[in-house]
Amino acid sequence: MNSFTRVALAPLPILAVLLAGCERPPIQTEQTGYRGTGMEQIYNPRTLKKLAAANQAPAAPAVAPNPDGPKAGATYQNVKVLGDLSVADFTRLMVSITQWVAPQEGCNYCHNPENLADDSKYTKVVARRMIQMTQHVNADWKAHVGGTGVTCYTCHRGHPQPAQVWYAPADRKYKNAVLGNDAKQNRAAASVALSSLPYDPFTPYLKEDQPIRVNGNEALRQLGEGAHRTSTKQAEFTYALMMHMSSSLGVNCTFCHNTRAFQSWEESTPKRATAWHGIRMARDLNVSYLEPLTGTFPASRLGPKGDVAKVNCSTCHQGIHKPLYGAQMAKDFPELGAKTGTP
Amino acid sequence: MAEYQNLFTQVQPTGPVSEGVPLPKGDWERTGVPFFLHLLGRLGNAQIGPVYLGGLGVASLIAGTLSFNIIGFNMLASVDWNPIQMVRQIFWLALDPPAPSYGLHLPPLGDGGWWMLAGFLLTISLLLWWARTYRRARQLGMGTHVAWAFAAAIWLFLVCGFFRPVLMGSWAEAVPFGIFPHLDWVAALSLRHGNFFYNPFHALSIVFLYGSVLLFAMHGATILAVTRFGGEREIEQIVDRGTASERAALFWRWTMGFNATMESIHRWAWWFAVLCPLVGGLGVLLTGTVVDNWYLWSMKHGVVPSYPEVYPVVVDPALMGGK
Repeated sequence: MNSFTRVALAPLPILAVLLAGCERPPIQTEQTGYRGTGMEQIYNPRTLKKLAAANQAPAAPAVAPNPDGPKAGATYQNVKVLGDLSVADFTRLMVSITQWVAPQEGCNYCHNPENLADDSKYTKVVARRMIQMTQHVNADWKAHVGGTGVTCYTCHRGHPQPAQVWYAPADRKYKNAVLGNDAKQNRAAASVALSSLPYDPFTPYLKEDQPIRVNGNEALRQLGEGAHRTSTKQAEFTYALMMHMSSSLGVNCTFCHNTRAFQSWEESTPKRATAWHGIRMARDLNVSYLEPLTGTFPASRLGPKGDVAKVNCSTCHQGIHKPLYGAQMAKDFPELGAKTGTP
Repeated sequence: MAEYQNLFTQVQPTGPVSEGVPLPKGDWERTGVPFFLHLLGRLGNAQIGPVYLGGLGVASLIAGTLSFNIIGFNMLASVDWNPIQMVRQIFWLALDPPAPSYGLHLPPLGDGGWWMLAGFLLTISLLLWWARTYRRARQLGMGTHVAWAFAAAIWLFLVCGFFRPVLMGSWAEAVPFGIFPHLDWVAALSLRHGNFFYNPFHALSIVFLYGSVLLFAMHGATILAVTRFGGEREIEQIVDRGTASERAALFWRWTMGFNATMESIHRWAWWFAVLCPLVGGLGVLLTGTVVDNWYLWSMKHGVVPSYPEVYPVVVDPALMGGK
């Protein structure tokens, strides 16, 4: 090996180390907008294959819905939400819920086997409210879930606790120390796709109703009281929420936005409106359905700050822009499509 | 036989260790016993040291070290004093400026005060180091071009961390001290103000940045190409134009009809490099203080191209009674 080759090969190990964190090709680009505007989605077929395997909907139940026969409310006791179902449909749904939520644990995960009507297990009380939440999503949030709707399986995927939920993050150990204020960011946080952006974009936007939009509508700085004064730090929080959405849906910014003007609705794709409703939906579910259940859960099911598990985009989406690739599961369960029982 | 005319030269000219020119009265002694390092000799001069520290240098190093430690210990404390996490997440950690609610008031130490202290000390350190480069150049009888080029970088630093936050009335607008976090700040600033790609000063800054790279490559390549005729000995070539300089000039005159001179090429390079942070800083300074949204500003001035619509019309749900 002559000296020129030696010198030329010397940087190779360094190059290998520098590239170690990169994604292995192939990377495929799909154009989704007018040419030259950069409106495109980037995929890696390897990742897609993994996602496809992990996001298969279970088979529909073998029996079709059958509204005939006695009603569940008249036959069983303590049926508060699904009383208008026929006994056949009621049982059919119960069997499906067991498969969706507690396939290992079985009926007894929620029910007292001595008395199925007994409400002593917290899981039964939570499950009843979750059925109502599913009905609410399918009936009132068509702007987000469309005609596809959701079932328990959309989030649960065969586990009693949905895998992708969020809690208010734990404080650091010495949170009151004069050193080390992290300004709620500056961490390799999985919640924001391992960026150093604010690691809890959920509390301000998916629980509280903080303004997400950071852009003004005037070219020049305006003076006076009503002038637009959003700070760069607020922009970082919005950015953090968007990173969460992007990684939850497995898409780039350009799935919804034309990145030359993030704020412009005229240049956005129709998906942005769907996502807009999705943010409101997640907030509504957290505030109206999940937070009120805080006292129902045992302490072991609560987060580090004693708050209940809450939903964000990844709870349903799990890396796919349409959960379960848009599988039409809810249509097999018309009872999940309309609100019943007392709120 | 060693060859000199190469991209990777194997020749290392070394002479006897040199202390340098005598220093004028009132200056400090130079620090350190000079020695040779072969590996560094492959990149530059093999002689290391002595260094002139001086009062300005020492004061600058003290202020800089204090600032570095404030930032470092805050980072370490933010991961609960865990050195492993400190190493693992070093690119992510940062010392952040105070929250927007403090405006331009002094925040408590643990809530942005450390950031102010670190920023103050770092600024002092940079200004002292600038004075040092100025004074050392003067003592050597040189011009002060290096100091003014450094001042251009300090300008950008102060615009981002001091001038703009003061004009905006909020320390929160300033840059955090951290590797990824300061990049997040850059991205967030651009997003908040309607995309920096529509900021003409940003565009100019990029022109000078890429221009600097291009000029650097052209100049470096030209001089290397005529080293076989002694072209790297610039002073001799300027005073007594030899065959190397002549060829270098002719090469460009023949390939593009125009050539820089041995002297003017360095003015080009200096101005391109200095203008990069100078106009960039101007663009940052105007952002939020004069122009709130560069995209809308560019729309107003007709420089945003429009493209055929390919999506169905999308209406802001907030305008349709959504909440």
